[in-house]
Amino acid sequence: MAGTSFVRKELMGQTPPPMTSAGIIGWLRQNLFGSWMNSVLTILSVGFIAIILWEVLPWIVRSSWTASSLRECREAIDLAWGDHVDGACWAVIRERYLQLIYGFYPSEQYWRANLAFILLLVSLAPILFPALPRQMLWFSAAFPFLCFWLLWGGTLWLPIVAALGFAVGYLAFIAANRAAGQLAGAIAALLAPVVWWIWLAAPVSRGLDSVIGIGIEPVESAKFGGFMLSVTIGITGIALSLPIGILLALGRQSGLVILKSLCVGFIEFIRGVPLITLLFVASTLLNIFMPPGTNFDIILRVVIMVTLFSSAYMAEVIRGGLAALPKGQFEAADSLGLDYWKRQRLVIMPQALKISIPAIVGNFIGLFKDTTLVSIIGLLDPIGLTNNIRADVNWNGIVWELYGFIALLFFIFCFSMSRYSMYLERKLNTDHR
Amino acid sequence: MKRTLYIGAVAAGMMTAGVAVAGTLEDVQAKGHVQCGVSTGLVGFAAADADGNWHGFDVAVCRAVAAAVIGDSQAVKFTPTTGKTRFTALSSGEIDMLARNTTWTYSRDVDLKLTFVGINYYDGQGFMVPAGLGVGSATDLDGATVCIQTGTTTELNLADFFRSNNISYEPVPIETNAEAQQQYLAGACDVYTTDRSGLAATRASFENPADHVILPEIISKEPLGPLVRHGDDHWADAVRWVLNALISAEELGITSGNLAEMAAGTNNPEINRLMGTEGDLGGMLGLDKEWAQRAIAAGGNYGEIFEAHIGESTAIGLARGLNAQWSDGGLIYSPPFR
Repeated sequence: MAGTSFVRKELMGQTPPPMTSAGIIGWLRQNLFGSWMNSVLTILSVGFIAIILWEVLPWIVRSSWTASSLRECREAIDLAWGDHVDGACWAVIRERYLQLIYGFYPSEQYWRANLAFILLLVSLAPILFPALPRQMLWFSAAFPFLCFWLLWGGTLWLPIVAALGFAVGYLAFIAANRAAGQLAGAIAALLAPVVWWIWLAAPVSRGLDSVIGIGIEPVESAKFGGFMLSVTIGITGIALSLPIGILLALGRQSGLVILKSLCVGFIEFIRGVPLITLLFVASTLLNIFMPPGTNFDIILRVVIMVTLFSSAYMAEVIRGGLAALPKGQFEAADSLGLDYWKRQRLVIMPQALKISIPAIVGNFIGLFKDTTLVSIIGLLDPIGLTNNIRADVNWNGIVWELYGFIALLFFIFCFSMSRYSMYLERKLNTDHR
Repeated sequence: MKRTLYIGAVAAGMMTAGVAVAGTLEDVQAKGHVQCGVSTGLVGFAAADADGNWHGFDVAVCRAVAAAVIGDSQAVKFTPTTGKTRFTALSSGEIDMLARNTTWTYSRDVDLKLTFVGINYYDGQGFMVPAGLGVGSATDLDGATVCIQTGTTTELNLADFFRSNNISYEPVPIETNAEAQQQYLAGACDVYTTDRSGLAATRASFENPADHVILPEIISKEPLGPLVRHGDDHWADAVRWVLNALISAEELGITSGNLAEMAAGTNNPEINRLMGTEGDLGGMLGLDKEWAQRAIAAGGNYGEIFEAHIGESTAIGLARGLNAQWSDGGLIYSPPFR
């Protein structure tokens, strides 16, 4: 039986990977306990998180929701959990959450703020998700005027007349273009709406209102506050700063000397000044320029300053995107015979903006959080309101609960923005893998 | 585009700047409300409740002025101002009067061109320490760490006080009152110093107020009062005499309870003059005869306002002290209505 040999006819069945490299244990070994250093760090981190939760969770849970003052909160917590237990007094949130969200907006008009917010989402949808029908963009264009009317109320004619300013600009452009060329057209397109808005819009809308009065109850700016104020300032600033930023970035790259130096001067000046300084200018200095009794709305002033500030930063972000484009793209667009605006619209901007998305969204989130600075000039945004709520004898001494609630609201907003930008990046596939 | 709009608005504003301005009193009556600058929130002095209605000791002055001048104590629009924006808001005409626990000082009156129309609260800087320290007097505070709001006069007063007593301290700079409470409770400082009304309000918010004592020393004078712009004496007179009417009402025993009785006519000619049943004091001010009645009806006389917002029956529990009527040994004193 010398020549007997054993030959395997079929492959052995696959055995599962060893316990130590599969399943939960494998994952743990690979990610948390890869080396002794990793193990130490893991244990330390888990311990650290556990200590924080150990301290914070009881405080969150052993709380009072129903009291009507801090004192009652403490009594209720002592009664329920024993003496000297430190618990959260969520009752202040229960009493004031509407105020933290809507400020002093009249409560029977909350539906207007809610409707404006829902319509905001509707108008954003076609911009954010290209799969939706393009006709929806018309609604997005009309939304700013509709939103203004919903929030501030008053006559419906004012936003309509204001929107007509763009039509006026377009007509002026056509007329001046035909009469005196493109530059005159551009200047006329810029000046005519301004003249319309400053001198004509108010009397025209008043006239129309006296003929056919359509309107809802006006709400003055002083009633705006809380999270609604942050969103109003933030969204307006975000919506306006992107187009202005694009124009500034293009202006900065332009060959026209005066235009270029204006843009560079503007960007560098605004970037050289802290936002809080601009807000102080808005709140105190502008008043002194104005004649007594002039009512130049404080929220409008702040929105303008925030927009100016943010658009200067936006311009630099977009300039970064432009600089990252290979020169060949510009030349290729030129060689196709596209004019300046078509070149920007069809070739340059889609690529430059795509590159800049993370920075643009970062800028938006920063702007949104910066709106809390308005509390320093006496506007009652959520941070400003915390001070006011503490000034109520019943709630004096409450700190963490209020800031925790505000942090949660801001987190929801900023986190959604950041998630959206990640979705957008994946969809556009900006990293050339 | 926005920038052009904004420059255009400034230019448009300048073009109309030459137009003469009527007196503030007429303006206020024409627009139908008093635009009153208040604090963004100070316990007992100004705070908005859950429905957005403002209450407080300073707010009550605004309401009394509105009641006297316009006839409706609710005809007030409040502009929350911070320590940094308050004076510009007043000088620029954004607000008609400021009732924001503002200390009457020489430079504010003379240099900033503001007119203080009176004093509605005599405050002063004090010290709060934990009772466990066993400190009985501020002069025992040698070497203590002190929580102090930066950039305020309290900081300078503190330095002066310790220097003149030849003792040392270590400052712990803080930004807001809320921060100070947290730091003090956490033991980051032995002493918290600010205005005594603020100390009382802070102490009232503690879990165990009795564990903390406010030391007897008062190291500064902080006369707080409402103010208006320089240059409109008529409006200043109106606000000043509304405040005086509230003070006189307490002195003369007129309360919101017995107002109707007093207004029917009494044997005291000063009460009659104040109530408008004798003479025509209101006419001299450009108001009707019942102006003072309405001011008192808005929130009661000075003493009632004090008790309702900061007095001993409230959680803040301030004693009248210096703010008692002059006849009770305090400093609150109104010139006669004659």
